[in-house]
Amino acid sequence: MRKEGEKFIPIGLNLSEFIFVTKLNTLLAFASLALASCESRSDIEVANEKNILVIGNSNEPKGLDPHLVSGVLESNIIRALFEGLVVDHPSMDSTSVDGVAIRDQIQHSDDFTEWTFPLNPEAKWSDGHPVTAHDFVFSYQRLLSPDPNWPAKYAEMLYFLKNGEAYHRNKYGQLLCSTDPDFPLEWDRLKNANFDGDDKIVPSKYLGKDYSSLNERERQRFLKYLNDSETPDFEVLNQKNFDYQEASIANQKIFFNSIGLDHLDKEQLVFLRENLKLLDWSEHVSPEIQQLVVDRLISHHELGKPNLWNQAKVGVEAINDHTLKITLRGPTPFLLEITKHYTWYPVPKHVVLKHGEMNTAYSSPWTRLENIVSNGAFKLKTWRTNHLLEVERNPHYWDAKNVKLDGIRYMPINNYYTETRMFGDDQLHLTYTVPSELIPMAKRKYSDQLRQESYVGTRFLRVNTLNEPFNNPKVRRAFALAIDQEAICEKILQGGQKPASGIVPPFGDYVVPGLIHFDPEQAKALLKESGYESTSSFPDIDLLTTNSDSGLREAEALQAMWQKHLGIKVRIQQREWTTYLQKQYDSDYDIVVAGWIGDYLDPTTFLEMWVSGGGNNNTGWSSKVFEDLLRKAEHTADIPTRMGILSEAEKTMMKDTPVLPIYWYTTNYLMRPEVKNWHPLLLNNHPFKFVELQKN
Amino acid sequence: MLRIIISRIIQTLMVVFLLVTFTFFAVRAIPGNPFASDKATSPEEQAALEAYYGLDKPLHRQYAKYWKNILVDGDFGDSLAMKGRKVTTLLAESFPVSLKLGLLSLFLGVSIGIPLGIIAALFHNRWQDYLAMVIAMAGICIVAFVLGPIFQLSIAKPLDWLNVAGWQRSSDIILPSITLCFGVAAYLARLTRGGMLDVLSQDYIRSARAKGVPKLQIITRHALRPALVPAITYLGPAFAAIITGSFVVENIFLVPGMGQHFVLGITSKDYNLVLGLVLFYGILMGIANLMSDLALIFMDPKLRNS
Repeated sequence: MRKEGEKFIPIGLNLSEFIFVTKLNTLLAFASLALASCESRSDIEVANEKNILVIGNSNEPKGLDPHLVSGVLESNIIRALFEGLVVDHPSMDSTSVDGVAIRDQIQHSDDFTEWTFPLNPEAKWSDGHPVTAHDFVFSYQRLLSPDPNWPAKYAEMLYFLKNGEAYHRNKYGQLLCSTDPDFPLEWDRLKNANFDGDDKIVPSKYLGKDYSSLNERERQRFLKYLNDSETPDFEVLNQKNFDYQEASIANQKIFFNSIGLDHLDKEQLVFLRENLKLLDWSEHVSPEIQQLVVDRLISHHELGKPNLWNQAKVGVEAINDHTLKITLRGPTPFLLEITKHYTWYPVPKHVVLKHGEMNTAYSSPWTRLENIVSNGAFKLKTWRTNHLLEVERNPHYWDAKNVKLDGIRYMPINNYYTETRMFGDDQLHLTYTVPSELIPMAKRKYSDQLRQESYVGTRFLRVNTLNEPFNNPKVRRAFALAIDQEAICEKILQGGQKPASGIVPPFGDYVVPGLIHFDPEQAKALLKESGYESTSSFPDIDLLTTNSDSGLREAEALQAMWQKHLGIKVRIQQREWTTYLQKQYDSDYDIVVAGWIGDYLDPTTFLEMWVSGGGNNNTGWSSKVFEDLLRKAEHTADIPTRMGILSEAEKTMMKDTPVLPIYWYTTNYLMRPEVKNWHPLLLNNHPFKFVELQKN
Repeated sequence: MLRIIISRIIQTLMVVFLLVTFTFFAVRAIPGNPFASDKATSPEEQAALEAYYGLDKPLHRQYAKYWKNILVDGDFGDSLAMKGRKVTTLLAESFPVSLKLGLLSLFLGVSIGIPLGIIAALFHNRWQDYLAMVIAMAGICIVAFVLGPIFQLSIAKPLDWLNVAGWQRSSDIILPSITLCFGVAAYLARLTRGGMLDVLSQDYIRSARAKGVPKLQIITRHALRPALVPAITYLGPAFAAIITGSFVVENIFLVPGMGQHFVLGITSKDYNLVLGLVLFYGILMGIANLMSDLALIFMDPKLRNS
């Protein structure tokens, strides 16, 4: 091509010749291209012949390490590459078939806390190594690594394991004292001592304030640590070279209690040993025991803070190569549902360790194309950034003869309009989604190929309950009731979404409390009651959303609804993705549109996040009643009773309305008729091993 | 000549240095967090991440380290958003794609734009001129995200051998390159027309005509070279821009090129990726400008002598 290009400035040529030559060049360039691509069959025809499924997968995966990713698109690939203890049934929700474990031989204790999984001796990694119970133990130890350099986003999925949370969150005190049978005080009582530190009294939050100027509620937080006459001095506490040894008693108390036993360094512990009264031990812990605890912590520091995996006795154990025992923190009748989540999949111990430490920070070299080894129905074949990722049949898979497809090609198509056009041009078997503007067209043109299926996910608004006016539950509720959810579903989205009456979507045995419905009259009444009678006195509010077109349309609809039904005009604030997220984590918003997709089929996947200090709570809302109900459910084995308790917990939450539900998600996608054994599933986690391409 | 080249290279290096310096501080000043994800990041995790990528150090130290890594180790750093991937790997994967697509579009753009401009100038204020300029104006105004889908639906869909989008068949380059070439062709046509009109009104052309030189020869031998000066000035930066990819075209046609890294690098606050791209683009732009300057010197005797 370059050679022809050199004729560009044809000094000696006359004009007509010049034009002719350039035109010829253009024609030649096209002709050569056209000839080079003589394949006249569509991509789908070629793929069908090769027995490869081609699917749109929205974006480039952030990685393939099951312990480090957190997105839906990564899970679509990981589900093909790896296999957990059990596998989803291709058509029935909450049903499992054999995975690495043999489904029918799984045993559990009557209270669902101890489970034994016999593993299939035929289960192999794609390099031929057997998959053993030790791989599972290694995986769970890896995911729960307490090292802050270990960026696992989903470690809390393993908090179901006994002591899993304590190990992951590095609760030395609990690990050293509760797992030791010789320790004279049981953990249930000892845990009332201040191990964690109280983040409500952290001095830096009160910088520049005077204790006497705090309001009653703020003071209440400090009172339990102080004697009446003493007051802490925030200015001193915030000094850079604050010397706790020489400080006033009140300052010392605030200092130690804000940090907590687990987070004190050795020097601080030694000082505390001489001044045990500085810490809030609760009345259950005698001075002797206090001494004992501090001594244990000091000796732990003296040993150089070794990893406590062996002492922690986390509830996972390899009885032998092919038997895995799992002990849970409480009755979990739905454990099998959870083990289908990719965080519970095994990673190959021998390969991970060959290419690095157990948890090589941030890079997972073992997942590179040339290194990766997996145990699922497929193994990785090609991976090109922003281009495509392809998996092929894993010959060592234990059930290889029943795997129908020879491969799956994942296309990172983040332009969903292009994706729909590619589907129309026979380039894809399955799309990731259909943009809402194209749904009416899809209904006309692809009526038998458009799939609209229920999906366990909720669209809602988070409300910042720390600031005015949303610190008033009546205002929150008024805003919730003024959302015409049906109009959003039917006029804007058109994808079959359902108006949401709560944070948990309906599925299985769960009864939704159904507290939120569009009711403009009551919304107006509530706003009146709240004391913000004159709408002109209402504070300025920003509605935060992402910078997508669909985000803007949704925000505009909400804005119009609140204007119409409450007479309040909110401002729309669009921010791009990372800023949008960061503002939520910083509680730097008034009201923000958000969504949540369930990780497993149980209401707790929607409820657990609203506990105080939960990483995805971000509303400032918390409720002891709510958390007690969740803990109660954790210890209830009877399924209907448990569901009743969870429903009660949601009711407690929705009465307080820290989130305003908008709608329950559906999935909208296009699928070609030759794709078989792909059925609607609530989590949309289709097991690829069963999927088939029909031959004509 | 050599002196000009050397001084231009030094200038380019200085510009790239300033550019990277400015970008270094600017990307860190924009709000957002490179490690924010849809699941919350704990303060300890955030601190560990920042320590791992050296973002916890004072800005001037980070800045010194950045240059040291590049100059001593040739290391542009790790991508912050795509963990475990080096910036150099990302560039090495995507640049050949953008280069191939860019060169073809540029070739098409020049083949269409320059003849169109010449025709327009020769038929000044006649219908051929108006038609050519309407086409050129349309090429400038109709943006890629309108053209792309039109091409996809009206060309690719009816043709069996041509795909709507993707980068697997050799024919996949056709639609994105046509889409990309439109803008180039349109600019070139306008610039060539302007240059040509300007030259044709010069005294020496009048003298040539008076001497009875045939019209075609006047154009090809006397007018064309100086008339292309504006077009070539434009081609330098356009070349650098087009071979580093276009976000919109790549996004519509699913091309795994460099353009999307520019946009996604900024939105995901991938500091290292953005800096790597800026550095690469800056150097490329410098080279392209130098080339176009040299071409101008070759084309225009007046410049050659000064």
